[in-house]
Amino acid sequence: MRVSPFPNALTGLVVLLSACSSATSSTSTSPKPAEGEESEFRSQYASTYQRKANPPVFIRNATVLTAAGPEMQHASVYFKDGLIVSVGADTTAPTDATVVDGTGKFVTPGIIDDHSHLGVYAAPGTWAESDGNEATNPVTANVWAEHSFWPQDPEIPLAIAGGITVIQALPGSANLIGGRSATLRLIPARSVQEMKYPGAPYGLKMACGENPKRVYQRSGPSTRMGNMAGYRAAFIEAEQYRRKWDNWLKNKSGNPPDRDLKLETLADVLRGKILVHNHCYRADEMMQMMDLAKEFGFHIRSFHHVVEGYKIADVLAKEGVAASVWADWWGFKMESFDGVRENAALIQKAGARAIIHSDSEDGIQRLNQEAAKAMYAGIRAGLGTTREEAIRWLTANPAWALGIDSTTGTLEAGKHADVVIWSGDPFSVYSKAERVYNDGWLVYDRNDPAHQPKTDFNLGTAAPGVGR
Amino acid sequence: MRSHLLALGLVALAAQGLNAQTIAIQGGTVYPVSGPRIENGTVLITDGRIVQVGTDITVPADATVIDAKGKWVTPGLFHAWTDLGLNEVGSVPQTSEDTKSGDINAAFNVAEGINPQSVFIPVARTDGVTTAVSGPEGGLVAGQALLLDLSGDRIEDLISQNPVAMVVDLSSESKGTGGGSKAGVYQRLRQLFKDADEYRKRTPDYKKNQMQELSAPAADLEALQPVLDGRIPLYTIANRQSDIESALRLANEYHLKLVIRGGTEAWKVAKLLAAANVPVVLNPLSDVPNFDGLSPRLDNATILREAGVPVVLIEPDRANYRNLRFSAGNAVRNGMKWDDALRAITLEPAKAMGVDGRYGSLEVGKVADVVVWSGDPLDFASAAEHTYIKGVEISKDTRQTELLERYKTLPPKY
Repeated sequence: MRVSPFPNALTGLVVLLSACSSATSSTSTSPKPAEGEESEFRSQYASTYQRKANPPVFIRNATVLTAAGPEMQHASVYFKDGLIVSVGADTTAPTDATVVDGTGKFVTPGIIDDHSHLGVYAAPGTWAESDGNEATNPVTANVWAEHSFWPQDPEIPLAIAGGITVIQALPGSANLIGGRSATLRLIPARSVQEMKYPGAPYGLKMACGENPKRVYQRSGPSTRMGNMAGYRAAFIEAEQYRRKWDNWLKNKSGNPPDRDLKLETLADVLRGKILVHNHCYRADEMMQMMDLAKEFGFHIRSFHHVVEGYKIADVLAKEGVAASVWADWWGFKMESFDGVRENAALIQKAGARAIIHSDSEDGIQRLNQEAAKAMYAGIRAGLGTTREEAIRWLTANPAWALGIDSTTGTLEAGKHADVVIWSGDPFSVYSKAERVYNDGWLVYDRNDPAHQPKTDFNLGTAAPGVGR
Repeated sequence: MRSHLLALGLVALAAQGLNAQTIAIQGGTVYPVSGPRIENGTVLITDGRIVQVGTDITVPADATVIDAKGKWVTPGLFHAWTDLGLNEVGSVPQTSEDTKSGDINAAFNVAEGINPQSVFIPVARTDGVTTAVSGPEGGLVAGQALLLDLSGDRIEDLISQNPVAMVVDLSSESKGTGGGSKAGVYQRLRQLFKDADEYRKRTPDYKKNQMQELSAPAADLEALQPVLDGRIPLYTIANRQSDIESALRLANEYHLKLVIRGGTEAWKVAKLLAAANVPVVLNPLSDVPNFDGLSPRLDNATILREAGVPVVLIEPDRANYRNLRFSAGNAVRNGMKWDDALRAITLEPAKAMGVDGRYGSLEVGKVADVVVWSGDPLDFASAAEHTYIKGVEISKDTRQTELLERYKTLPPKY
């Protein structure tokens, strides 16, 4: 099932989903809630993102990986007002543009990490910043990652310097249903709302296997069958809740049913408005989860970690479920014991959507390197893996998993100017992101300290020179 | 380039039990590490030892010849900190052998916990890692680390040097062993060394019970003697600048051979470390601040190296020690010279562990740990095409290659 993206946000204007606007959203219009969209008639912590002004940029004579077609040599990329105007062989820079010489450099779309705990498990990593798992109940669909997110996490600038422009900040995997995720532009900000990607649908974090059954072994679930029973019980409740609300919205007679945050989120999963991101390692368990989704009529947008994805790559392709994987993590628990470095390439080869994710404050800084390891593993195994495919693992495919592929993830005219200029081949260990444009804004420049963001935490705690 | 004959008898043969075999790796670009690159060079191996390195080498008629034209030939990679053979599946305690309860475990020697059949060993070798320090963790004095050749069926085959180092933790992880304060940790460690020294001087008194009570059992004090003698290094985890300085102070007081591991803020005391010639074993990708080091930086290795500090690079992912070469590549990305980075995963770790007489470079007489690469070993596009440990080519088969074979085409081959 295709989940339609929200109203086109190409203009970069704030798209508000709420009728009941917050104090700062004086420019908002107040759309009437459509039938069956009861979760939208209240303020839902709307995005207050504002695109930052930047002069138009014309990058000339670069190698361009658009993630939408073949690699282009000696190509130019032109963007203005946050949008890509053209990508191609043009050599003449528009008069209004800042010209950046791309000779010897590579240009790619901004990298999108669809599995991050930045901000919710922030550095310096003390108990005080441990806000990623509401491990008090196996089903916490009522919690939202954005309500934990700390925009001053010092890991954020490190990830920006790695060419990341968008992340999905997820709750952890302690719970069967961990809560809502947030899709965020990775920019310095005072609040998470300022980072929220306008129009991005919410995600729901679910987790299979060892984590929930370990965390809840005393009170349950303590087995995989207990895990399954837990998801089913939650969605049975959600079905009833959805029915009640849909009936009320249709007739509007009497008092509205009681509101339940947990079931409100799950009902929107059933309506296809919230995308399911499911932490799941083992092949057989992913098959169970796809059955569960069928039982309740929803769709899993992407499995995450998917260490055994290669065993069911054909099924993932057939079912249209993306696979967000590490390049080579394995062996840290039984359900990750069967890892192979060819995982992403085998999933790609089978026709499913492969995504390289980080799940790590370290990995997110070098997601291009993770993709490189996975790509060369595929090439060496004779799978014919290409660079054009591998760049999509980092950009177009995670954009799809997050439901924002109509507005970012490729270098195509009309999309947001989320652009990275690399010092060289992004699939080489030696290359660095030199410039990162987020929605057209130069958020990072390796050669200009004025464009190297620091968080409040960095100030006065680190010896001079951090970020070099 | 001159070639050298093996000076027989200088080094004991570690390759016992192997078939006498001569291998000539011919025509590659050879990076001996101990000296400059050799174009179109040959590495000649006999009976597990390197017998010649250079050009114009006469290859014996019975030699197995490996054509290395267009390839890069390096020493086997030396991983200076692993738990190889000691731990298997991270979350499964039944497969963990590297930790003993208690704070002071100087006598804890992990040798008989080593599992030569570990499925992680072949994976580590996949990318040219041939030698590894494997050691204990936990407490203040974790115990004794070993040096392993990553090939063999029995514990004896793997162990190359035992012990190779004494592991001590001065990071904030060990604070509890000092009663909750770092100051307590140093106090306790000083007392331990003082007692070890006392024990050495008065062993007969100790045995006759004619001494005051010492802070650790005799076995631990015994085990500390090679550290006090400077025969094995005190392999010390320290990250914060002040902890590195405290470790240096302690080493100075007791004339210990110190090696720092972690070294997040080592760059801040680079000159001090260089003056003391103390090696720093570090992960060059460690850059997230925490209270054990608020000033990490990605060019830590570069700054240290340029100040003259011996730098050793490691890869911390215990399931992917194979990525050691990319750790070195990333150090280059962050400013280190390529030759220095290769040295930091070959000769420098061998030196830091005091085994550079046998390991770390392609030199006559050294153990024949050699890797033939399809390209630049520090970058992703290359692969290890041939890996020799003690002069024997190792198989590329791993659990992972078997899984790949089974599932490469679906449905699987059950």
